[in-house]
Amino acid sequence: MKYTPRKEAILLLEDGEVFSGYSVGIIGITTGELCFNTGMTGYQEIYTDPSYFGQIIVNTNSHIGNYGVTDLEQESSNPKFSGLVCKDFSKVYSRNLADNSLQNYFEKFNIVGIEGIDTRKLVRHLRSKGAMNAIISSSEMDITILKSQLAEVPSMKGLELSSKVTTDAAYYLGNESSSYKVAVLDLGVKKSILTNLVDRDCYLKVFPAKSSFEDMKAWNPNGYFISNGPGDPEAVPYAVETVKHILNEDHPLFGICLGHQVLALANGISTYKMHHGHRGLNHPVLNLLTGKGEITSQNHGFAVRMEDVAVSATVKATHVNLNDDTVEGIRVIGKKAFSVQYHPESSPGPHDSRYLFDDFISLLK
Amino acid sequence: MPRDNSIKSILIIGSGPIIIGQACEFDYAGSQASRSLREEGIEVTLINSNPATIMTDKVTADNVYLLPLEKKSIIEILEKHQIDAVLPTMGGQTALNLAIECEKAGVWEKYGVKVVGVDFEAIETTEDRERFRLKMLEIGVGVCEGSTATSFLEGKEIAQKIGFPLVIRPSYTLGGTGGGFVEDAAHFDEALTKGLHASPIHEVLVEKSIMGWKEYELELLRDGNGNVIIICSIENFDPMGIHTGDSITVAPAMTLSDVTYQRMRDMAIKMMNAIGQFAGGCNVQFSLSPDQEEIIAIEINPRVSRSSALASKATGYPIAKIAAKLAIGYNLDELKNAITKTTSAYFEPALDYVIVKIPRWNFDKFKGADRSLGLQMKSVGEAMGIGRTFQEAFQKACQSLEIKRNGLGADGKELTNQAEILHSLKNPSWNRVFHVYDAFKMGIPFKTIYNATKIDPWFLNQIEEMLMLEKEIERYTLDTLPKQLLVDAKEKGYADRQIAHLLKCLESEVYAKRNDLGIKRVYKLVDTCAAEFEAKTPYYYSTFDGENESEVSTKKKIVVLGSGPNRIGQGIEFDYSCVHGILAAKECGYETIMINCNPETVSTDFDIADKLYFEPVFWEHIYDIILHEKPEGVIVQLGGQTALKLAEKLDRYGIKILGTSFQALDLAEDRGSFSSLLRDLNIHYPKFGVIEDAEQAVQLSRTLGFPLLVRPSYVLGGQGMKIVINEEELETHVVNILKDIPGNKVLLDHFLDGAVEVDADAICDGEEVYIIGIMEHIEPAGIHSGDSHSLLPSFNLSENVKQQITDITTKIALALRTVGLINVQYAVKNEVVYVIEANPRASRTVPFICKAYDEPYVNYATKVMLGEKKVKDFKFEPKLNGWAIKIPVFSFNKFPGVNKELGPEMKSTGEAIYFIDSLQDDYFVKLYNERNLYLSR
Repeated sequence: MKYTPRKEAILLLEDGEVFSGYSVGIIGITTGELCFNTGMTGYQEIYTDPSYFGQIIVNTNSHIGNYGVTDLEQESSNPKFSGLVCKDFSKVYSRNLADNSLQNYFEKFNIVGIEGIDTRKLVRHLRSKGAMNAIISSSEMDITILKSQLAEVPSMKGLELSSKVTTDAAYYLGNESSSYKVAVLDLGVKKSILTNLVDRDCYLKVFPAKSSFEDMKAWNPNGYFISNGPGDPEAVPYAVETVKHILNEDHPLFGICLGHQVLALANGISTYKMHHGHRGLNHPVLNLLTGKGEITSQNHGFAVRMEDVAVSATVKATHVNLNDDTVEGIRVIGKKAFSVQYHPESSPGPHDSRYLFDDFISLLK
Repeated sequence: MPRDNSIKSILIIGSGPIIIGQACEFDYAGSQASRSLREEGIEVTLINSNPATIMTDKVTADNVYLLPLEKKSIIEILEKHQIDAVLPTMGGQTALNLAIECEKAGVWEKYGVKVVGVDFEAIETTEDRERFRLKMLEIGVGVCEGSTATSFLEGKEIAQKIGFPLVIRPSYTLGGTGGGFVEDAAHFDEALTKGLHASPIHEVLVEKSIMGWKEYELELLRDGNGNVIIICSIENFDPMGIHTGDSITVAPAMTLSDVTYQRMRDMAIKMMNAIGQFAGGCNVQFSLSPDQEEIIAIEINPRVSRSSALASKATGYPIAKIAAKLAIGYNLDELKNAITKTTSAYFEPALDYVIVKIPRWNFDKFKGADRSLGLQMKSVGEAMGIGRTFQEAFQKACQSLEIKRNGLGADGKELTNQAEILHSLKNPSWNRVFHVYDAFKMGIPFKTIYNATKIDPWFLNQIEEMLMLEKEIERYTLDTLPKQLLVDAKEKGYADRQIAHLLKCLESEVYAKRNDLGIKRVYKLVDTCAAEFEAKTPYYYSTFDGENESEVSTKKKIVVLGSGPNRIGQGIEFDYSCVHGILAAKECGYETIMINCNPETVSTDFDIADKLYFEPVFWEHIYDIILHEKPEGVIVQLGGQTALKLAEKLDRYGIKILGTSFQALDLAEDRGSFSSLLRDLNIHYPKFGVIEDAEQAVQLSRTLGFPLLVRPSYVLGGQGMKIVINEEELETHVVNILKDIPGNKVLLDHFLDGAVEVDADAICDGEEVYIIGIMEHIEPAGIHSGDSHSLLPSFNLSENVKQQITDITTKIALALRTVGLINVQYAVKNEVVYVIEANPRASRTVPFICKAYDEPYVNYATKVMLGEKKVKDFKFEPKLNGWAIKIPVFSFNKFPGVNKELGPEMKSTGEAIYFIDSLQDDYFVKLYNERNLYLSR
């Protein structure tokens, strides 16, 4: 091996801040909402999680790519995020079970990234200024041109993205002879959520985001699952409508992340765009029903308003974040419907919250 | 559950004298736990026989007992104090064993003492290899194939069943003592016998060997509500086969996918829950097969450990502090993260940097020792490097070792003998990692290096990448070097000195160039959360990156230099002095800045100094910090030889040394000038001379006369020191020294056979001297002062001699214009007092004297150094009835086959204090009668 100089790249933020680094993936330009994830493992799962659609990820871990990629650890068929920002990108990897390097994988899926960035400085910047859009470029280095391109990127607030990542047509998953039938509303579902349900003896029919309640009900499921997904929850009124119908007929319902926000909206509880969100594998959550804690995997830029939950007659909080007291879980009073803001399926992240899938199954019985 | 209010007073058991496998990390744990409990208004009583600890200080605990760690002492304490609970998890295996002994004897029950932080059942399960194996099988966690044997015959049968290679692990031993790998049947019998003997219960586990698998450790904390968090994942750079205490380790884990890491996390939690339901810390070790990622549990330690000290320093999460709170009933969700102060303590730290720990060995002290690394721990200390990337952290760790290297490679000290390199790769010793580098440099193929070492290819690639950069740099000169390459090298942790070597120029030229180009060190925070939240704790490391987070205050400030990795002759005593130096400077209104790279120390705890820079005690790093902080001055006399060695350069760069000047420090080190000084003062000293080769030595010996004490200058703990009785021995030894330390000026002293050695320590403000203690050795001259038993105060010196010692110490202290501490060593023969050496700095004996007299001498000395106080300002009130005996403690059992004879070269790893009322005391009488027993000559 020989020393090879790296190709320069630029990261420009909406507020004009510029970071220079080196190109990762293909040479090109990408844009999106810049957000950071503090997880120290699980980069492939993050990049393929549809909830990150339209976002540029800053991985705070020092090294990215060390253990390559494998088809077995995808959360959807291909990367969904817009681009990568990291400190050190490992072009070589070491893992017997991996099929490829992250660099080759990025090249295959046309991903643009940048390394050599002081991600700590960047995180501190986002922490104080809040989430914002950004552009990464390794082809065009003229800041003025990049600025004008960046100006065209819409804000995440009010953005509807589920229809861009949802399945085109309904499909089935699992064993037809399973004990339970669960209808999944795919707003950008992660594969491991589906696996967790299938592993618990569920036969799934996964519906496109804009499916009506009638479409889903026609399959005659035992319960409904409202998935995670990208974008602003206020921009998916169609899903809120569907959930209202499910609640009206009092079917078992479980929502995760965007699904949780949709359940809240269906109960007249408002959501808001957070300052810079929660993304990582170490967020502490207290289960108010059991008094036990759980370390959770999180990825959300919007949240359910605590003030609304506190005064709601129909919904009560079941889980709360120990760092900032935000809502982490709710239950609809007198109904078989509950949801959590975080990711009990983890992938990546700790398995502390998998019991929620069991809770859902017990509602189906 | 909130705090258990029935607990109002707690007993913490310490770990005793420092031995290999159980060192000052337990002082760190114990001190932190004690402070954490006192914060809650709990009265803390501490027992430890090790005087050189902060935990046994009045600043740490309410009641301190410097007693032997025996049941008898525990009962003595329980008779005197109303103790509600005992916390035995902070003092390593020693404390646990003592707690178990007391439990079995019904002591805790009798005195109504609740045992917190641990579950004795759990200890039994984890220490008894067979029970551990069965428990793991029961919960479905993979373990290595094998079973326990309590007899030779049983052991043979097991070996026959599982085949070779295999591992022998004795039960209930520390740091893997007596264990080892057995390649084939030929070596089995001997290894089995050794293992059975090493185990106090004559039991060993005979296991299938999984040498070459990857090795990991997880640090866990659990509260009474069953909440478990993983504080840190640690990956061993060295694969299975080398004790984790002797392995280079990295955090966070570098080569684990999330799927595999989470599997490991699940197993660790399951294991902790399976062994018992106590609230506290736990360490779990795993092995992973590189091909299919099969995970096997190696062991679980239900207590604070060496690794948890490392994990605390690596993440910023104060494990011992929180574990202590959990032990008194708090739940994790009720506590705050001590670093951010606003978020929850119930979380798992996220790192945005890498730490590398490299052990520090002292094989040179144990002639004839088996230097190969294996299941038994042999290192005496460790250094930790923090960097934004693995390579930077790795270089910084190498720069911290003080083994006369400038980091990993690029210093002209490479090994170039291919056969030797290959042998070293396959048979690891302390220097293997340097040989991995050498192997790449020589062009030995990657595959060959991997096959010989089984070090994960990702790590090997990192080293190879560094060499690629070096080769590129070597194509240029300082003037032609592109900026980018210099940036790359600095980002990868290369010292200016290393770059200078590659460019064949001066270190100062590289420094000037990078300064001109604006390539400057910045400081980042260790904040537990990858900057997600604002941190309140000023714990920094340096790197070459965009933003500097270390804001400089306008307060007057001072820097305290630490003593680097522990080694024989320089250990916990200097940590003790540094901590007191910091506290004293704080009392005087200074902002205190600590620099050190030893993760086992209390002085590097995030809430001791106002600012902590976890950096190599290596010129370049120190200079940059000083330029950044602009302190009033630097305290070098508390950090042992490591800090002192930097005095010259500090002086040359115009940086103020607080206290005794560099000139005085240098004068005391330079034997020639020092002797002239003694001559002028009319003070006796042994006849001596300085030589530079063996021929001169023989010449000189004819005037001095045998026996002669031969010693190199500027060394630590009597390194290379030897007493010779004839010309042949003299020649051989001088040649040996000059081979190891080329260009050294070797000193030959006429050796005062049969003399008594005495140590005197004093505080001096330049005008007045106060002798804090005079210690008389029990063994005759010839045994290093660190290795001899000694008494405070002296027990056998005439009034005349004592007066002479007082007068001479005073004269020397004043003549050297000492400001701070000074230690003078004497030999007394026929009522004549000879000066052997003087060290104008905190000596190893200072903490002992502080403890024996219950006086804060380091605090006083620091105030004197700062010019805030004069000696006359203090009211000295030494309190001691009878005598305090300093007992040296050795770790020879780690080095079978090593000659246990003592001589002028220090070999002890730790010390204990023992108080006696009269000289008729049985223990003392026995020591005195046996004083000549271990003398080698």
